[in-house]
Amino acid sequence: MGVDAPDRPEVRVVTSHRRPEGGTAIDRDHTVGFTVDGRQCFGLAGDTLASALLAGGVRVMGRSFKYHRPRGVMAIGVDEPNALFTVTTDGVREPNVRATEIEVFDGLTVESQNRWPSLENDVMAVNQLGGKALAAGFYYKTFMGPVFGPLKGTRFWMMCEHAIRRAAGLGRPGTAPDESRYERINAFCDVLVVGGGLAGLHKAVEEAKAGKRVIVCELEPRWGAGADAKKDSEIRQIVESLDSNPDVTLLARTTVWGWYDGNMLAATERVADHLKTAPKGAPRQRHWVIRAGHVALAAGALERPIVFPGNDRPGVMLADAARRYAETFGVLPGQHLTILTNNDSAYAAAVTLRHAGANIRAIIDVRPEIGAAAQRLADRAGGALKLGHAVVGTSGAKGLKTISVARYNHETQSFAGGSEQIETDCLLVSGGWSPVVHLASQAGAQPVWDKTLQAFLPPDPDRRWSVHGAAAGNLDFGHDLSPAPAPVFEIRHPGKAFVDLQHDVTADDVRLAHREGFRSVEHLKRYTTLGMATDQGKTSNIAGLAIMADSLGKPIPDVGTTRFRPPYTAASLGAIAAERFGDLFPHRLTPMHDWHGDHGARMYAAGHWERPESYNRPGETVEQAYVREAKTVRSGVGLVDVSTLGKIDIAGPDAPEFLNRVYTNGFAKLPVGKARYGLMLREDGFAMDDGTTWRLSENRFLMTTTTANAGKVMSHLELCLDVHWPDLRVHVTSVTDQWAGAAIAGPKSRDVLASCVTGTAVDNDALPFMGIVHGAIAGVPVMICRLSFSGELAYEVYCGAHHGTHVWEALMAAGAPFAIAPYGLEALGTLRIEKGHVTAAEIDGRTTARDLHLDWMLSSKKPFVGSAMMDRDGLTDKSRWTLVGVVSRSGEKLHGGSHVVAGDRDAPGPGLGHLTAMAFSPEMNAYVGLALVEDGENRIGQHLYATDPVRSGTHIPVEIVSHHMVDPKGERMHG
Amino acid sequence: MIIVCPFCGPRDLSEFAYCGDADNLAARPDPAATDPAAWNAYVYDRTNPAGEHAEIWQHAGGCRKFLRVVRNTVTHEISGVTMLEPKA
Repeated sequence: MGVDAPDRPEVRVVTSHRRPEGGTAIDRDHTVGFTVDGRQCFGLAGDTLASALLAGGVRVMGRSFKYHRPRGVMAIGVDEPNALFTVTTDGVREPNVRATEIEVFDGLTVESQNRWPSLENDVMAVNQLGGKALAAGFYYKTFMGPVFGPLKGTRFWMMCEHAIRRAAGLGRPGTAPDESRYERINAFCDVLVVGGGLAGLHKAVEEAKAGKRVIVCELEPRWGAGADAKKDSEIRQIVESLDSNPDVTLLARTTVWGWYDGNMLAATERVADHLKTAPKGAPRQRHWVIRAGHVALAAGALERPIVFPGNDRPGVMLADAARRYAETFGVLPGQHLTILTNNDSAYAAAVTLRHAGANIRAIIDVRPEIGAAAQRLADRAGGALKLGHAVVGTSGAKGLKTISVARYNHETQSFAGGSEQIETDCLLVSGGWSPVVHLASQAGAQPVWDKTLQAFLPPDPDRRWSVHGAAAGNLDFGHDLSPAPAPVFEIRHPGKAFVDLQHDVTADDVRLAHREGFRSVEHLKRYTTLGMATDQGKTSNIAGLAIMADSLGKPIPDVGTTRFRPPYTAASLGAIAAERFGDLFPHRLTPMHDWHGDHGARMYAAGHWERPESYNRPGETVEQAYVREAKTVRSGVGLVDVSTLGKIDIAGPDAPEFLNRVYTNGFAKLPVGKARYGLMLREDGFAMDDGTTWRLSENRFLMTTTTANAGKVMSHLELCLDVHWPDLRVHVTSVTDQWAGAAIAGPKSRDVLASCVTGTAVDNDALPFMGIVHGAIAGVPVMICRLSFSGELAYEVYCGAHHGTHVWEALMAAGAPFAIAPYGLEALGTLRIEKGHVTAAEIDGRTTARDLHLDWMLSSKKPFVGSAMMDRDGLTDKSRWTLVGVVSRSGEKLHGGSHVVAGDRDAPGPGLGHLTAMAFSPEMNAYVGLALVEDGENRIGQHLYATDPVRSGTHIPVEIVSHHMVDPKGERMHG
Repeated sequence: MIIVCPFCGPRDLSEFAYCGDADNLAARPDPAATDPAAWNAYVYDRTNPAGEHAEIWQHAGGCRKFLRVVRNTVTHEISGVTMLEPKA
């Protein structure tokens, strides 16, 4: 738009708003074609979507949130509340993007939002005839609370929600996956300068001269974008000198949006959003995580609008935005301009616009008198100067045509005389300036009210940050103009006057909220939703606060301001996630992982580990497979991967003493070449972990822990050595990943080992229960310990991790004549349940050694971790839940986690405990489980129920039995 | 948040694991003495100050040392990091 492009079809020929000259950002030789709602449009290279549409005479750029009122562009940057579009270039929908920040390029495709069927003819606009029905608290009043009749209450909300969600709202996000690439980068600097205007650039020069590493971030595409066009050459020189300094990083199109602990700031760099195709290797956006020694805030100030009836009509615009559209893009937002102001800055804007070719019809200033500087500019701008006047209404169906002006006393908020109509196609408003205090507020600094500027300023900086330029309240409009506005935020006159344009909150809504008792600014915000739209109230917070203060009869600083939280502007989740998407769960694989996969194993995630669940043969269910595997172990021989067990190397002359202190049972006298089962408690006397520890030499032990607790035990041991007993000469090293482990179990396991182990005998004399030997299998050195989790004759074979598969295959080959089979976690669980051996399911942090029948391991001859606390009354109470076995009496399958109750389904009674594990036991030919049951020892033989009402709905009769269900005397493993 | 490990230098929070109150944990009672009140205080009694708080952080993704970190629970500012040593 704005430029003839005769060889293209469907040109919208509207050119009147682009001036023949001017426009520091645009390239008049380069026309750009883009699409809005499927219609081909044209702009110039350097245009934003907003400037291109303005140049083409487009006034309605959005429909409002609740009332579907037509809205035009009001600002020129990040504060724009109205002109939101959905960008659909590349087929991915990005909703609620400000037209003031979309740079046009060939192929840009956007859709307007919140309108049906089209932006100009929106059937939902009937909402505004409803008026009061959609006032503050509409949703709460209509849809919450008890149901009175059919059309009130929560049920009514559920009925209407779908229609309301479509009628009210902003853009619609897409559902297609975003194919764009995003990047994340960590950066470090001495000084981060936020804001690339003149103040920020000068600060960067100063810091760079002092030899500091500096990063400068500017959210707009251009440096010094807010400055007067006359400063362009100065800005260019500064940027060139900074750019040539290797210690300075200049980041344009980069919004610093979050401030976190330790001066860590988050920023989004829009690398390729403004390009048709991203340069090779460039991401769409880059998420910067910047750790800054110091943060220099120079984010400038945002001009505020004034609230008055009809202030949302397309054609009403911020004064400085209009100045910048003329200077930066050569676009005049109207021909016959009027100005409404409470301060001097708008006079400078008026002169600039006059020079750009606009006709200034009138300057309406709420102040009864103005300074000489403003008066001089008013004379240069031309038009009627109406001091002590205010705009009390606007008219025009799809855009501003006339304004009503009346004599106004801002101190008494009173009007005099009738109103005068002035024809105008664009009303420029200036209600003073608000320094951007958002980041300082995020850093915890409470803004302070400045009476002169009628604005919140950052407080005195602390050592983490400083503030510069307009952000510090140093407002300089040139021409000797005063920075102080009159304290006018609202011109109160009948008619709909909007405070928050994006969320459709009116001044009357704020007053209604006050009348209904919402006195705190935080409550006001939540009740009216003021400042809670995507713009986070950048143009509305202060006016809302001022109206609230007026209602309360309090000065503004006594009402307070809300604390700003990240993000300053919306940040895309894609950029924050960057390369981190898809399966991010860490997978730990044992050395034999591939073998398991090649042999039909179903893998199961046990914490971070992937472990074989069962090795299903064709046609087998998991249950059939694990029952077969368990039978194989009990009758022949099986092999299971135990590489996941935590393994800790404990070395040093004080290692025996150390183990004596961390284990409940004695380890000092454990002979070299023997292993012992050990139990650890926490300091509070509860059980923490169990495992075997092997004495490899006088001063060297290998401790094993449960898979689940390996990290916790390691940390615990380190804490003991580091903090409690630094005098002990012991070193602990995690060696979990250095050893591959396989447990070979079953009556024929010794025969298998005898046929493949070289260098050592493995008979009962050479390798008794809990004995350790060193030998070799298939040429690989191995360490073998005879210990048993399954209750059968069994051995654990350890070798270097890289030889794991080799040794495993050798064991499988040696076992072939004995019909060896690999077994998985399910069979392992079945075997240990039958034996009543505990795991993390029973050592759950709430059980004591006595609860688990491990009190035989509590030494009375030495103190150990937990010994001081384990005999407290509550931990020795006879009614505590203790470990028992349960057997299903009906043949029904038990469910882990079921509660144990005494009564039948109709009257179950109180819970007496719960099932920690279950399996089908081939030995007992029944479904069995382990359970923690109140006063368990005295319930053996009782008939109770295992109830699982919520998940499986089962209520199964069970018999309580001893937890030693199979081979209670342990004859098999000792044989 | 960055913690300046005395051994490894300034490192990101993600390398550290929080392990509880420093001053409590460093004052483990004599294991031979079974004064229940002392053990109860050691295991359970914790202050919850709004302000400076001595905490234990293990540099789990680094040197694995246990550090005494004085952190302000209101501002999250860290005012000191030292090795955690047993208190007499």
